[in-house]
Amino acid sequence: MKSKGKREGPKRGLSFQDLILRLQEFWARRGCVLNQPYDIEVGAGTMHPETFLRVIGPAPYRVAYIQPSRRPSDGRYGENPNRLYKHMQLQVVLKPSPADIQDVYLESLRAIGISPVEHDIRFEEDNWEAPTLGAWGIGWQVLLDGLEITQFTYFQQCGGLDLDPISVELTYGLDRIAAFLQNVENVYDVRWSQDTTYGQVRLAEERQLSAYSFDYADAQTVRKLFELCEKEARQILAGYKETDGPHLLRYPVLAAYELCLKCSHLFNLLDARGVISTTERAALIGRVRALATGAARLWLDQQARETQGTASVRKVSA
Amino acid sequence: MKQSGLRAELLLEIGCEEIPAGMIAKAAGELQVLLEKYLAAENLLDGSKIESFGAPRRLVAAAPGILLKQEDSSNEITGPPKSVAYDNVGRPTKAAESFASKQGVPLDKLYLVTTPRGEYLAARHSVPGRSAAALLPEILPRVIQEISWPRTMHWAGADGPRFIRPIRWIVALLGGKPTRFSFAGLTAGNHSSGHRFLGSAKIAVHGLGDYEKKLRTNFVLVRPEDRRRKIEREIAEWMKRTNLRLHEDAALLDEVTYLNEFPSVILGNFDANFLDLPSEILITVMRGHQKYFAVEKKSGELAPHFLAVINHDRDARGLIAAGHERVLKARFADARFFWDADQKCRLADYLQKLASVTYESRLGSYKDKVERMRAIARFLADHWFNSGLPQAHVADADRAAELAKCDLATEMVRELTELQGIVGGLYARAQGESEDVAWAVYDHYRPVGVDDPIPRNLTGCAVALADKLDSITGCFAAGLIPSGSSDPFALRRAALGIVKIILERHLPLSLSSTVGAAAKNLGSYPPKLPVTPDVEKQVAEFVHERARFFLRERSGFAYDEVNAVFRAGADDLVDAVRRLEALRAIRKTKNFAPLAISFKRIRKILEKAAGAGGERRKPSPELFAEEAERELYRAVREAAAKTETEKRSGRYREALAVIGNLRPAVDRFFDEVLVMDENPAVRENRLGLLNELLREFSTIADFSEIVAEEKR
Repeated sequence: MKSKGKREGPKRGLSFQDLILRLQEFWARRGCVLNQPYDIEVGAGTMHPETFLRVIGPAPYRVAYIQPSRRPSDGRYGENPNRLYKHMQLQVVLKPSPADIQDVYLESLRAIGISPVEHDIRFEEDNWEAPTLGAWGIGWQVLLDGLEITQFTYFQQCGGLDLDPISVELTYGLDRIAAFLQNVENVYDVRWSQDTTYGQVRLAEERQLSAYSFDYADAQTVRKLFELCEKEARQILAGYKETDGPHLLRYPVLAAYELCLKCSHLFNLLDARGVISTTERAALIGRVRALATGAARLWLDQQARETQGTASVRKVSA
Repeated sequence: MKQSGLRAELLLEIGCEEIPAGMIAKAAGELQVLLEKYLAAENLLDGSKIESFGAPRRLVAAAPGILLKQEDSSNEITGPPKSVAYDNVGRPTKAAESFASKQGVPLDKLYLVTTPRGEYLAARHSVPGRSAAALLPEILPRVIQEISWPRTMHWAGADGPRFIRPIRWIVALLGGKPTRFSFAGLTAGNHSSGHRFLGSAKIAVHGLGDYEKKLRTNFVLVRPEDRRRKIEREIAEWMKRTNLRLHEDAALLDEVTYLNEFPSVILGNFDANFLDLPSEILITVMRGHQKYFAVEKKSGELAPHFLAVINHDRDARGLIAAGHERVLKARFADARFFWDADQKCRLADYLQKLASVTYESRLGSYKDKVERMRAIARFLADHWFNSGLPQAHVADADRAAELAKCDLATEMVRELTELQGIVGGLYARAQGESEDVAWAVYDHYRPVGVDDPIPRNLTGCAVALADKLDSITGCFAAGLIPSGSSDPFALRRAALGIVKIILERHLPLSLSSTVGAAAKNLGSYPPKLPVTPDVEKQVAEFVHERARFFLRERSGFAYDEVNAVFRAGADDLVDAVRRLEALRAIRKTKNFAPLAISFKRIRKILEKAAGAGGERRKPSPELFAEEAERELYRAVREAAAKTETEKRSGRYREALAVIGNLRPAVDRFFDEVLVMDENPAVRENRLGLLNELLREFSTIADFSEIVAEEKR
């Protein structure tokens, strides 16, 4: 092993923002569009249309973006050193998935200063499933000395549609990786920038949004919101078949999908409030999934018609 | 096995991205079976033994000597019948000519064969044996594709193959030389790959010996037994060095054996302050997520250390151990947080929270379920106390049932769901509930499988039975009946649990009246779901079905014995087992088998005579015409009285022996008497006698269910 003796001293590690910059640069050099977080509450980077809708259909794509992800049940009022209401993910999607993707992923760890030879890195079975999205994939959680740092998934189905080609999704848990690199035990002590901590940036949000999810959110109101969003989404989805001609490409399938995302978040809120039983849970998940799969199907149709449309327009003009 | 024929070693390695640890051994086994099947089908195996093994990134199969070439063979094809192929002067017809040209054989090489349907024209083709080198590219892809997995994936598009994880290389060597074929966009060859981080990514190999040696130097122990031995050796070294003892965990050892290609064991420490948390929680945290072995002092208490198995040759700078320690510390800190937070209120206070957690929409909330469980648990404890079980304690059973589900609303169980029940029991004890109640809460999910022990005390048995009976009866009443592989409420497991508890604890209990109690509670407690008698019957049958399974598969009773006893009734399962034991003992005696055959004959006669089983009159002695029927009548009367006495004092063997002694009378009856006499009165009287015989002696077991020895 090529360690240069005791050269390191106390390790400072990358700041949170430098970690993000390095990973973004790494993936930008590998052909990814660097996109931005979605501006609606989501539980995971997968729900961003840049993943959810891009993996559907035949067109190749590569994208990376940060996605703050809200998990109301995981909130701890900012009092737990490693649990967060909202954590930061870096989401990378490569479509189709390259054959050497595991090696490329490990290369990205080297880029942030983690040498696989000095650590215990393993790929442990962890198939990913998002029942609210009708999506699942096969893969692993990547463990770094026992710490779960990345979810690595070969997408098989999304919005209830079988995928071809297969995309690979890498979801880095940035908060954990930063704490590991900086060797701090409390995520709020992570240096975000040179002179600002993670706690300074985010603690108030953690406290208040945990409190809202667990103690203040009014279950009846949240249910009502869920039903309103669901109703609106269903109406939009139902209207698609009557639309044609020049209005087709304007038809707001994306808005229906956004409403579906809202439902998904509201469902998570109800769950955090502890007012959903096992069976009701299954029913609510089914309702959100119906919206997600509906939106996915219409989106695919809309895209296909757009491609056909341009093709026929070209034919006419040629 | 012929000694002739040139042979060569076959080696196949399927190189994969990391295969889930729990699936490797089974897949390697299948690989061997499939390879054997296909090689044998092509006559290439010829007695050669195939071995197979696996590691996270590879499945390997090897045969020391398969045939290099199939034997030549020939193959006969029949054509038209002789009558069609030749005319009446024996000249070949058009049909014969066309057969010859179709087969590509000159007319004069055709010949006649005799078949069961007559004489036919035939042609013989000689088939030269194909070489293994030519056949393997056809066989091996099929073998790879046919390995079955719980859930497969695509990686190279929808047209590509499915496998458990992407295949990234294939080694296929015959006599050390690569056998080329394409699969999933790869070409099989002679390049393997070493340990992901410590070895070379491309290693040329030439045969099994060379393969194993080179992989070892590239930090892959391809054979699971080598990996396991290394782990066990290193654990033993650590335990010797620290004077501690491993908390044995065979399933975990299996798992880590298949989780690492080059396992090494490191020792980590944790803050001894965490040891004030219950060991159940610490061990579950270490084992569940982190896959660490817990370590004990010689006294049996947990020690503040753990053993982690890493996929590495060493932890040169202690970085890895430090990393694992940090992760464990965070997980323990979480557990501590839950332990403290949960106990800010009393366990019973969580019952209110359960009111807003639906168990099932038609069955109400968990709180509703708890109320019903309490009523059943009280019913059981009361019944047992009155049946002479002084440990049965109604108040304890009620309290334990009240607390049983409370931990579902705690943070600890939300986080470590596998500790449901256990956490409740621990909290109950910490909060000063009696030992009896605390253990009952702790154990009440048990048994969770055929091999899991039942609750350790009677109160726990009452709560466990109450919980399971309410679930099954409630779900059946709500129409949620398991079918095929769909059993979302795990009702089959619950029913098996009921059977196991009753039988292992020898509990006096009438299944129908207990189901009746569960049904009554469902109807009277909110949400007041009525349960029809039909549903009650279905529930009892469902439990009986599991009981039959348990008695056959676990207690080793023959299926016909179980059928015979259950047909005679099994409302009291403990009693049914006593009857089964008696039946098993008696069926080997000389009178038994012939008597069973007679009973079957009697049943057939009665069924035939009755059509749809009409009422039979009691036999009247004055209508008997033959001495043999009088004798049988006397024997039946006598035996009936005797068996009744024996039965009442639970001496089933003795009772069965009495029935066995009826044999001479029964035999004589059938030898000398024609049941279906012309005189309807005589006939009816004889049928009445047989009916009485069958009825009287079928209350221990229905012998007509017994299958003759050789057919069993």
